[in-house]
Amino acid sequence: MTLLSVQDLRVSFPRPSGGRVEVVRGLSFDLGRERLGIVGESGSGKSMTGRALMGLIAPPGRVTAQRMQFDGIDLTTLSEKDYRALRGARMSMVLQDPKFSLNPVIRIGDQIAEALEFHTSLSAAARRAKVRDALEAVRIDDPDRVARLFPHEVSGGMGQRVMIAMMVVLEPDLMIADEPTSALDVSVREQVLSIMDDLVRRRGMGLMLISHDLNMVARWCDRILVMFNGEVVEEIGPGALHAATHPYTRGLIASLPRLDEDRSELPVLDRAALARVGQEARP
Amino acid sequence: MTQTLTPGDQTAALRDAGPRLARGLLAAGGVLLTVALTFLGLLAITFVIGRVVPIDPVLAVVGDRASRETYDAVRLAMGLDDPLLVQFARYVGAVVQGDLGQSVATGRAVASDLARVFPATLEMATIGILIGVVVGVPMGVLAAARQGTWVDQVIRVVGLAGYAIPAFWLGLVGLVLFYAKLRWVGGPGRIDLFLDGMVPVRTGLLLVDSLIAGNWAALRSAASHIVLPATILGFFSLAYIARMTRSFMLEQLGQEYITTARVKGVPERVVIWRHAFRPIRVQLVTVIGLSYAGLLEGSVMIETVFSWPGIGNYLTTALLNADMNAVLGATLVIGAVFIGINKGSDLLYRLLDPRART
Repeated sequence: MTLLSVQDLRVSFPRPSGGRVEVVRGLSFDLGRERLGIVGESGSGKSMTGRALMGLIAPPGRVTAQRMQFDGIDLTTLSEKDYRALRGARMSMVLQDPKFSLNPVIRIGDQIAEALEFHTSLSAAARRAKVRDALEAVRIDDPDRVARLFPHEVSGGMGQRVMIAMMVVLEPDLMIADEPTSALDVSVREQVLSIMDDLVRRRGMGLMLISHDLNMVARWCDRILVMFNGEVVEEIGPGALHAATHPYTRGLIASLPRLDEDRSELPVLDRAALARVGQEARP
Repeated sequence: MTQTLTPGDQTAALRDAGPRLARGLLAAGGVLLTVALTFLGLLAITFVIGRVVPIDPVLAVVGDRASRETYDAVRLAMGLDDPLLVQFARYVGAVVQGDLGQSVATGRAVASDLARVFPATLEMATIGILIGVVVGVPMGVLAAARQGTWVDQVIRVVGLAGYAIPAFWLGLVGLVLFYAKLRWVGGPGRIDLFLDGMVPVRTGLLLVDSLIAGNWAALRSAASHIVLPATILGFFSLAYIARMTRSFMLEQLGQEYITTARVKGVPERVVIWRHAFRPIRVQLVTVIGLSYAGLLEGSVMIETVFSWPGIGNYLTTALLNADMNAVLGATLVIGAVFIGINKGSDLLYRLLDPRART
């Protein structure tokens, strides 16, 4: 069943010198209740794709698409009010760094309860119970104490678990995770990902995992879209990372260091070759 | 797990209650001590200024035709031959007892002069800063929320006007228009002449005193006199406050947690007031505190144009008359106001920012 259907998504911003620069150029994909990975280097348009889907590109940025449907709802013509009713309730997004993405002067529990405040008519007590459940779901042992803390009083790993709790408290159908672990310590990355993975599977959510870490995405996702320069250059099926054919994907894989090798220098992307490939693809 | 934790937390809280009270008292004592030390530093500065200025305090008393003997006798009587430290100790002792010396110009105790002029400034500055905050803060927030639109442009022009227009010009134009032509407000002075001195002085704040006395005619007159100068002061502080609020808010609106709030489907009004405005309250307290302290120094321009018997006027007159006791006394009061406002903002920080509490 298709949850999200996107065809020819384009995001552009005005250049200071005039004209517009497209950061996402004609992206198309379908997402069911599955885990879809989006990989690419910085500036390849991954994050902008996530934000465009959430309706968070503010003018002068511009989003166009031939089709952008979420569970049968046409997102391209949705009013801001209706979009707001979707956000937080049926679609949500985990941001990169809890140090910046949590409000420093609001208690953690109140920040989690906020989605409930504006999407449900639950009483304060019922909201507290839900917050508690959400914190327990991200494996926080003493949810009542943590709910009273301020973000600067918790670690990065716990902060990101709080962020996830905030985004799943209303059990949305779609969750976008925009580099959810790149700001975290290597030692807690796996834990955060497994918590997220567990929630997504158990609640049958669709997950869009945006990352630059090819191996991580390959391990946690059913399918991978490789983005380069605002376009999808390759789609990789489950467990088929080694079979990737596009030179950009191959370049990305080749530039990863491995434990069992003895290379003195890691290869870099051959951008001249990539530019040639790009030109051939666009007659 | 949490069930077993809660009773433990409660006993811990009980155990902490005693030390917490002690800690609170200790903290309060610490604040008092730092205030006292700062004030002592301020006294040292005014004392040194009083000694280094080329004004001979003896001459001010005996006049320039006194004989050498008289001069020396008075000098001795004033204790000016004693070591500086002794003089300083005597000065501190006198100030602590509320004795700031005699004013040469008015012939009265400086302390009682200040008790008369400072409330006049305090009254005007307080109304001014209230206008500045109540109008300026929402203006700044609105400008940031509508950045780049005509609303923002208008607010920025108002802010610029607050910097560019001279206070005395605005005061004079205001008097010509609202007092002379339209007769909407009272003219110069704090109250109509025939009501002057009709209200018993309790706080020195005319509005408050006439309220206490239940003298409505005096209240109306005092209000009609203060509204124009206070509004003009308010305009200058709102221009500054609105500009600062706008730039703080713009910085906030670019933060990631604003995106988080929007991702949660939080309405824009709440995004602005809860998520963006709450974190800037600490910075705003600083700006407002400094602005208020600036107004409490007394705006010489406004006080002159409106014949307002405030501290700015008093200090300027004292300076021109080389009335050192009055100058030092007024400086001391202004310094004390700064110390008080700074300490007050410090306490507010802790209330408003959880990160400043630990």
